[in-house]
Amino acid sequence: MRVALFVPCYIDAFEPEVGIATLKLLRRFGIDPEYPFDQTCCGQPMVNAGCHNEAKATEELFVRNFAGFDYIVVPSGSCTHQIRCHMTAIDQTEEVRQVRERTFELVEFLHDVLKVDGFPWAEFPHKVSYHNNCNALRGIFHGSMSERREPPYSKPLNLLRMVKGLELVEKARPDECCGFGGTFSVFEPAVSVKMGQDKVRDHASAGAEYVVSADSSCMLHQQGCADRLGLPLKFRHIAQVLNGDRA
Amino acid sequence: MKESHEQRRAKDGLPALLHEALGTPDDGGAKSGSGERLTHGEATSRPLQPPPPERQPRGAKVHHRRPVDHNEAAQRFIDAPRHEKMHDERLWDLRQKRDRQMHGIPEWETLRELASSIKQHTLAHLGDHLERFEAQASANGIHVHWAQDGAEHNRIVHGILSDHGARRLIKSKSMLTEETGFRHYMQGVGIEVIETDLGERIQQLDDEAPSHIVVPAVHKLRSDVAEVFARTLGTDPNNDDVHYLAEQQREKTRPLILGADAGMTGANFAVAETGTFVVCTNEGNADLSANVPPLHIASIGIEKLIPRIADLGVFIRLLSRSALGSPITQYTSHFRGPRHGGEMHVVLVDNGRSARLGEVDFWESLKCIRCGACMNTCPVYRRSGGLSYGATYSGPIGLILDPTFDRRRYSSLPFASTLNGSCTNVCPVKIDIHKQIFAWRKALAETHDIGLGKQALMKAAGAVLSHPKLYRAAIATADGALKVLPDFAVTNRLNTWTQGRDMPEPPRETFHQWYERTHGGEEGAQ
Ligand code: SF4
Repeated sequence: MRVALFVPCYIDAFEPEVGIATLKLLRRFGIDPEYPFDQTCCGQPMVNAGCHNEAKATEELFVRNFAGFDYIVVPSGSCTHQIRCHMTAIDQTEEVRQVRERTFELVEFLHDVLKVDGFPWAEFPHKVSYHNNCNALRGIFHGSMSERREPPYSKPLNLLRMVKGLELVEKARPDECCGFGGTFSVFEPAVSVKMGQDKVRDHASAGAEYVVSADSSCMLHQQGCADRLGLPLKFRHIAQVLNGDRA
Repeated sequence: MKESHEQRRAKDGLPALLHEALGTPDDGGAKSGSGERLTHGEATSRPLQPPPPERQPRGAKVHHRRPVDHNEAAQRFIDAPRHEKMHDERLWDLRQKRDRQMHGIPEWETLRELASSIKQHTLAHLGDHLERFEAQASANGIHVHWAQDGAEHNRIVHGILSDHGARRLIKSKSMLTEETGFRHYMQGVGIEVIETDLGERIQQLDDEAPSHIVVPAVHKLRSDVAEVFARTLGTDPNNDDVHYLAEQQREKTRPLILGADAGMTGANFAVAETGTFVVCTNEGNADLSANVPPLHIASIGIEKLIPRIADLGVFIRLLSRSALGSPITQYTSHFRGPRHGGEMHVVLVDNGRSARLGEVDFWESLKCIRCGACMNTCPVYRRSGGLSYGATYSGPIGLILDPTFDRRRYSSLPFASTLNGSCTNVCPVKIDIHKQIFAWRKALAETHDIGLGKQALMKAAGAVLSHPKLYRAAIATADGALKVLPDFAVTNRLNTWTQGRDMPEPPRETFHQWYERTHGGEEGAQ
């Protein structure tokens, strides 16, 4: 089984430890992913702004880097969603189709492909509020959605429940968007910041010490809001918690 | 607040008050004749002053042909925290009530699917259903008119009213007449229009568009309504008791209703099979509009058609549950023909609908039954208010409808969304709203209607992100990364990221550098 690791651009630049945790976590399960060296980005920033033409070359490069693997693992729900659902600026050749189909978000990969049943090395003795990134939840279906009449389920929570000591707390609005929204955070700062502030206050009043998510981008935004409000919340990517970080 | 507190302390040398609102520095009532502050019971137990009223934030500023600046209007709404909080919580409450209704109906998702397919079928054969409706309605004694656009609609209605010498028209709420600028037109030809829906009446008196398609004045606090009524109806400006306000409005408006020459309604559904139409309200005001005067005119968008009366139940079950979280509206009125001695007219209005039907990516928006659920759930709408969109339709449905009316002016609206997808999930007719918002961004970028700055920025980002060497060089330092990663790219130019958030910490090294240095961690380095 040939597995490739895609480290999204903002994780590469701002949260390298998330990429490292993902790599080490996969190794714990006997998978030594390859890291294609020329990788950059999935094209989402441009596509999110409607600029598909401007994303074309980036999408082409992505496919060149990741063609031929059995699985492409990504520690980001929103990049996975971009690749799987929106990578349409380029011709849909067989190769492109395969790359898009074989891309899995980390939680999905652990939960649905590897079907892991434990993280014996992991312990996180803290109160945790889980943040569902909207693309992870409503785009690639990480869990049931509060708007729909469907049996409750959650892939990330199933995994986190296997971590010793970790206590999940419930927010008042469990799956409301945090207001990051890619370019939205820049072009609509008023609402973006207000949504972020409301979100971090919701985490805090639920009693959370840590916010955990499968998406670093939302957490960068929320951390910025929490710091500004002086809320003592800490943010960790789910890969770090599952890999055994204790704080 | 802090300063005046300190000043007061310094001035009278008394200990600080626990509740600052208990006294003000120039509070003469709490001073003795010699200027000393009184400390006995009566003087110190003055009632807490309510905070001064917060002025209602107004909507987006409209500049001819310039794209609406949603962010600017949203900022003003957020800067009025009592309005913003009330609005967010009121609508979130509707969303939660809707969820409870949904959980009470095991076949909820099947109903949505059914509603969606009935609408799809109807739209696919819209011409046939419209002809059938016309034939049946005519057979029922209804006069049926066709209007190509808003202007023609207004002219037709004016014609009917003139034929009857009508000077005063009472009407129930209709988004279609908002589309056509109906009240404004009627004002110009000297016909008085009285809205009978309470929320819509408030908005009419305040000369403001409805901010929500179901609850038009939802953005107003009680104190705002008291101010509007005091100004326009002469009520007591200091009384914002809901019952008082509603009663006063009723007292002032009833005589106008009773003396009206004609009545107008919209329609929630028009049934092709029977040539009848259905109006759902909670105040019964459509029945007043339709039944008090001898002349009833109904303005109906051509997408309101459903094929059979048997289909109606599907929509009635979904509509009020989705809109307000109640099982059904208080009134579901069926109109079949003119009453004895009266006259009934139906104006079927296109106003861009058939053009939209031809748009491969966007025709599904015609399935909309105007329930407002997508607005209630939208985290952006709840925090910016309907008027911040500067358009007839606001919230998620507005983002995909408005650009079909004016592509340039509303080109910014599809960007007033985080694409979180909650709207799509609540929509009772399963319009893929957030996918259409996404598709609108693409369509607008293709014709260079998203702003040249934004597009140039994306072009630059795409050039760097598609060249590994350029990308590596650019993000080698945190500073560089902030300049090149598009989500943060404009930070330095527009300085919007730091408006209410702190910047992310610069990392020691990128993942790529770490991988290179440690050969993927194989050398034991961290
Ligand atoms: S788009 Fe759907 S949810 Fe929104 S108003 Fe129309 S029917 Fe209701």
